[in-house]
Amino acid sequence: MTDTTQKAAVEVIPAAPAPAPATRRTRLRRGVTPWLFLVAPLALLITFTYAPIVNMLAYSFTDWDGVSPVLHYTGTENYQEVFTRPDLFEVFWVSGYYLAASAVQIVLALYFATVLSFNVRFRNFFKGVLFFPYLINGVAIGFVFLYFFQDGGTLDSVLSLFGVHTDHAWLGTPASANTSLAGVSVWRYLGLNFVLFLGAIQSIPGELYEAAELDGAGRWHQFRYIIAPGIKPVLTLTVILSISGSLSVFEIPYIMTGGATGTETFVIQTVNLAFRFNKTGLASAAAVVLLLIILLVTWVQRRLVPDDKVDLV
Amino acid sequence: MNRRTVLSLAVVVSAALLLPGCTGTGGSSKGADAKAPDDPSKVTGTIKVLTVRTDLVQDGTMKKYAAEFNKTYPKVKVEFEALTNYEAEVKIRMNTENYGDVLLIPAVIKKADYPRFFASLGTAAERGKKYRFTDYTTVDGKVYGQSPIGVAPGFVYNKRIWKEAGVTEWPTTPAEFIQDLKAIKAKTDAIPYYTNFAAGWTLTSWTYVDGAVHCDPQATTELADGDPWAKGADLRVGDTLLHDIVKAGLVEKDPTTSNWEESKPRTAKGEIATQWLGTWAIVQFRDAAEKAGVNPDDIGFMPFPSQTDGKFCATVAPDYNQAVNVHSKHKEAARAWIDWFTDKSTYGRDNLAISPLKNASMPEVLKPYEERGVKLIEVDDSKGARVKQLDSDSEVGIYAPEYRQNLVDLARGARKGSLDSFLGDLSKRWTDAQKNLGS
Repeated sequence: MTDTTQKAAVEVIPAAPAPAPATRRTRLRRGVTPWLFLVAPLALLITFTYAPIVNMLAYSFTDWDGVSPVLHYTGTENYQEVFTRPDLFEVFWVSGYYLAASAVQIVLALYFATVLSFNVRFRNFFKGVLFFPYLINGVAIGFVFLYFFQDGGTLDSVLSLFGVHTDHAWLGTPASANTSLAGVSVWRYLGLNFVLFLGAIQSIPGELYEAAELDGAGRWHQFRYIIAPGIKPVLTLTVILSISGSLSVFEIPYIMTGGATGTETFVIQTVNLAFRFNKTGLASAAAVVLLLIILLVTWVQRRLVPDDKVDLV
Repeated sequence: MNRRTVLSLAVVVSAALLLPGCTGTGGSSKGADAKAPDDPSKVTGTIKVLTVRTDLVQDGTMKKYAAEFNKTYPKVKVEFEALTNYEAEVKIRMNTENYGDVLLIPAVIKKADYPRFFASLGTAAERGKKYRFTDYTTVDGKVYGQSPIGVAPGFVYNKRIWKEAGVTEWPTTPAEFIQDLKAIKAKTDAIPYYTNFAAGWTLTSWTYVDGAVHCDPQATTELADGDPWAKGADLRVGDTLLHDIVKAGLVEKDPTTSNWEESKPRTAKGEIATQWLGTWAIVQFRDAAEKAGVNPDDIGFMPFPSQTDGKFCATVAPDYNQAVNVHSKHKEAARAWIDWFTDKSTYGRDNLAISPLKNASMPEVLKPYEERGVKLIEVDDSKGARVKQLDSDSEVGIYAPEYRQNLVDLARGARKGSLDSFLGDLSKRWTDAQKNLGS
């Protein structure tokens, strides 16, 4: 099918004066042109994504300390160390908090996206409010929430307005600290999920709702039979992103607690290995392992939920 | 997987394996010297000085030093670059040749690598006559860095609050220290001890109890060859004290949200009674007092509560050492800056610091130390490189905050376990690393 359309296009264009046969040169130019457009993005992609990955792979086979000009090839020693040290994987328990939080986050985002896709008052204002946190720099969020959770800080004062005097150190125990940090992460990433869902919902043709309403479907049925199946691909994507995100949480706990009080995640641990203990080789191996774990999880998910076509009409 | 992907994968992997061969700066300039210029008026060039003092660069104090420097060296232009996250940023830059002309030696650089990165300032024998701390940067008899100030660790405390609690004499044992903190808690509104847990680095200063506890100039050698958490060892004494202070509830209510900047005026005003820091902190706390409109003289400084032969001890160690980049094009000018900054500038006096010059007198803040006969000792650092290596290998991090944060968590009950098993684990990791490293 594509062949015929291409031919048709070619036949239309040479309506110009001389339909000279394409010389070798012009053919070459035609072959090169698309690549010329790709030069900039490819250069950026290679320089900032693939070259560092290749570098990281390279370092993971060495005992490099991060600065010394001398490094030795140590084979798979780093990988052996990563896999023979259970303490390196214990921190994945912390990801559980973030996984639970992403479940909450997806449900909330879905709820708000559904509600705001219908005609409600101040619709755009609420959209802005929900998306706004995602635009703020993560470092700033970390600092703001440090004040928020402080003893006698924003959270405590707000609670005391309602007569609740908790006297609770929010970042004081591992369970409470991780829950608080996961809460911050929900606050921050809710907007992104929300926008993704909203976009998907709005691509569903409006007549479907009208038809459904004529048939007597309520809001819940509209959601159950039109919206949910309609945004399934985006939903799966979000779940995949949330799970890989939960495994690689970094900036919020790093800025707020630095991994203290049992909030250390795998990435914080890797950063500490590389920059605190100067084991860049080992840290690279750990990073490669994390990458592989994420790829594996994604693959399994893709297997469980195949990416089938949405067919509403 | 078709053939093409196999091929490209193979290319990626082989490139990955080849790459280490071409990392790093060559050793061509290794062993260069930065000689002191003979004639100040003839030295020329623009030098870039890397520093951690963002505050002094911002408020123009560094510029004033440079202007003063230009009176002697008119043809040298000095530029400053202040880095907030100094260690991490400089470490990455040091993979290139472009890391300023004068820089502070980052802690991660292995001592044996100094000659690859820095130009020598002279021999240890010659510099040792005039300056303190030369052995901290000596490799094969040559010195590679010089700290402009020396610091001694100690408790920064609010004299007024301690007096209100009825304590006029410095405590001489850890138990007595805890008694005094309890008195402060009972008789005043102040927080007896502030951990500054959230900032993290503030807790690392507890490592500098090393040497002060037993008045031992060989404390660093002890760390390198012995078990720092054996019964009675310096770090165990220090860590136990920190643990007990927290366990007795003599600290801020929620350490996890403590705030370093805020702790300065609060200490000055007497809301906080004590913090374990160093002489370098005194000037900042006095400034905070002035800004808060309270008496700066309330800020006092006391040594670790431990006496050897009836005397307190305090270790004196260099702050960051300044060095000349081995790749610098203006080594003479860079050297001139280091010499001038160490010998002639008012930097040390402005910071109420101990001078690195052997013949200089003690700063006024240490008057109480002199009066009460506190013995200032310089710890021998010849095994310092080995200690750093052990620290990284064991992943204990005596110069990093994590383990003390865990210790505080343990004492607060936010982490399971007992102090003995916690310190036992540290000493196991440390001594295992010693075994692996050999001697």
